[in-house]
Amino acid sequence: MDVTKEQMRHMYRTMVRIRKFESNAQNDFANGKIPGFLHLYLGEEAIATGVCENLNKDDFITSTHRGHGHIIAKGGDMKYMMAELYGKSTGYCKGKGGSMHIADRDLGILGANGIVGAGQDIAVGAGLSCKYRKTQQVCACFFGDGSTNQGTFHEALNMASIWKLPVIFVCENNHFGISMSQSRHQAIKDIADRAAAYGIPGVAVDGNDAMAVYEAANEAIARARKGQGPTLIECKTWRWRGHFEGDPAIYKDPKEQEEWVAREPVKRFREFLEENGVMTADEMDKVDAEVDQEIKDAVQFAEESPLPKPEDVGKDVYTDFDEEVRVR
Amino acid sequence: MKTMSVMEAIREAMSIRMREDPNVLLFGEDVGKFGGCFGVSAGMFDEFGPERVRDTPISEGAIIGAATGSAATGLRPIAEIMMDDFITVAMDQLVNNAAFMHYMFGGKIELPMVVRTVNGAGVNAAAQHSKSMEAWLTHVPGLKVVYPSTPQDCLGLLLASIDDNNPVVFFEHKIAYGEKGEVSSFDPIPLGKGDIKKEGSDVTIIAYGYQVFRALKAAEQLEKEGISAEVLDPRTLYPLDKDLIAESVGKTHNVVITSEEFKRGSYAGEISAFVAEEMFDSLDAPCRRVCALNTPVPFSAVLENAFIPQTEDIVNAVKAQRE
Repeated sequence: MDVTKEQMRHMYRTMVRIRKFESNAQNDFANGKIPGFLHLYLGEEAIATGVCENLNKDDFITSTHRGHGHIIAKGGDMKYMMAELYGKSTGYCKGKGGSMHIADRDLGILGANGIVGAGQDIAVGAGLSCKYRKTQQVCACFFGDGSTNQGTFHEALNMASIWKLPVIFVCENNHFGISMSQSRHQAIKDIADRAAAYGIPGVAVDGNDAMAVYEAANEAIARARKGQGPTLIECKTWRWRGHFEGDPAIYKDPKEQEEWVAREPVKRFREFLEENGVMTADEMDKVDAEVDQEIKDAVQFAEESPLPKPEDVGKDVYTDFDEEVRVR
Repeated sequence: MKTMSVMEAIREAMSIRMREDPNVLLFGEDVGKFGGCFGVSAGMFDEFGPERVRDTPISEGAIIGAATGSAATGLRPIAEIMMDDFITVAMDQLVNNAAFMHYMFGGKIELPMVVRTVNGAGVNAAAQHSKSMEAWLTHVPGLKVVYPSTPQDCLGLLLASIDDNNPVVFFEHKIAYGEKGEVSSFDPIPLGKGDIKKEGSDVTIIAYGYQVFRALKAAEQLEKEGISAEVLDPRTLYPLDKDLIAESVGKTHNVVITSEEFKRGSYAGEISAFVAEEMFDSLDAPCRRVCALNTPVPFSAVLENAFIPQTEDIVNAVKAQRE
């Protein structure tokens, strides 16, 4: 495998960014600073990190309602993300999307998505575009275990497979579709098995191991760039929090939760980097401190940013005219 | 000047843009060698090849999703949904995603995509292959909705729809495919501009799609009875050419709106509400709507004819309004 030490250091920084962004969002939500619905990626950081480390700036991703980690890993700016979570006019979506709808076309981020499974079909379109225009681009499509029971999953994997599109289907199996555990919502254990139905490779990896995810994605992306079509990667992980903030998650088994948290991805990656002489504990602590400062800056930016103007509500519905707004 | 059918005009518009712009492509169920269920894309496969006139599996959701994703990433797709009845299967992709993306993302992503789909009753195709669903889509912020009638309008408006940077739903009436007309311009017709298909002074009949042809026949009959009817075709349902409607109503002071939709919750109702809200003082009588019935589309011709808003129903509505 061709991963460099520099890439591994970058992966560490990405994971820490996600962890600290999400921890901060958790607190800000609890303190009433972030309105709306908030779905946190805590515990799943290794997946977005391992996949996106393989992507170029002009590659595409589709994301989910639990999308902050994907956006950060693809290079999203935490200042604009935080401002969007705060509903400010400087946010990625000018305060029109919020947590579930962050997008950045310049970074190939085709949007977080509040509809479970909807990103799968959109990823097919992005893959079609890459193949049709004969670029070497690919699209990584993130989705959860729950969405593999949606019709979109079947339609998208089928279409991508017959057209051999450069799409990497990344299933983040965090073992819950909202409150329903995987063992209750589907009769299979390994979602990767479903790849067989489409005649494409399916691999299951430890989603809390950043290097395992990196390797699986590396291989799948290489195949995709060579025109060999899509791959389904199942990353087994665990959602630390409830489905959304405010969900007490009474449906979880505390023992299982404890076991998964013990296998937590950031700590494991730290140990890996130290054991392999990639980074020292001091170097990693320094990264942690730098990210703390980035988060503080992002929060300050969000807090100091102006709210949108009510008259802007009618803008951006269409590209070429504004909708009428209410005059009060 | 050239005589063309509606179907030929639609095929011509797609072909013109595909010859000019390699990023324009057509995909949908059986649009390739087969030429589409009604033959609209016949011959295009031979000219443009399988990459650009692309058959899809029967997966309406993925068709609209693929249009959305490819439009967001550099293509200008034309997605065909064989029957608008099947759009319900793809409603999430069209409504929650394509329509809202530009807004939700604060203007970050543009979607230059056209969804072409086939509407309408009259061929004994029963409830799941015959209805007129435009109100489902005019309801949704972020979509433009086009429903032209004549070959000239179909050609010009489809060119403009392909050129547009917003998702456009383009309706085609299956009975209208065979209607022939003169085509003198191969330029786009701007979306949001209606057209007076026949001038008149006593009543404005607002009609679109195949109802334009029924309305023109109705106007002919009314003329014989001394009633001068103006036939106004908005051509684009959203954005709606309110100025043209106001101008016409200011002249005729009477409005009859006809569409082939179920009457309840129809776009005809929306036009009626707009006229009542903004032009009440211009009206001599309440607006009337001549729509289909509030039943599923029936199979047997006798029942289907009873369901469809016919020419005589338009004539009767105009006369009743004047009593």
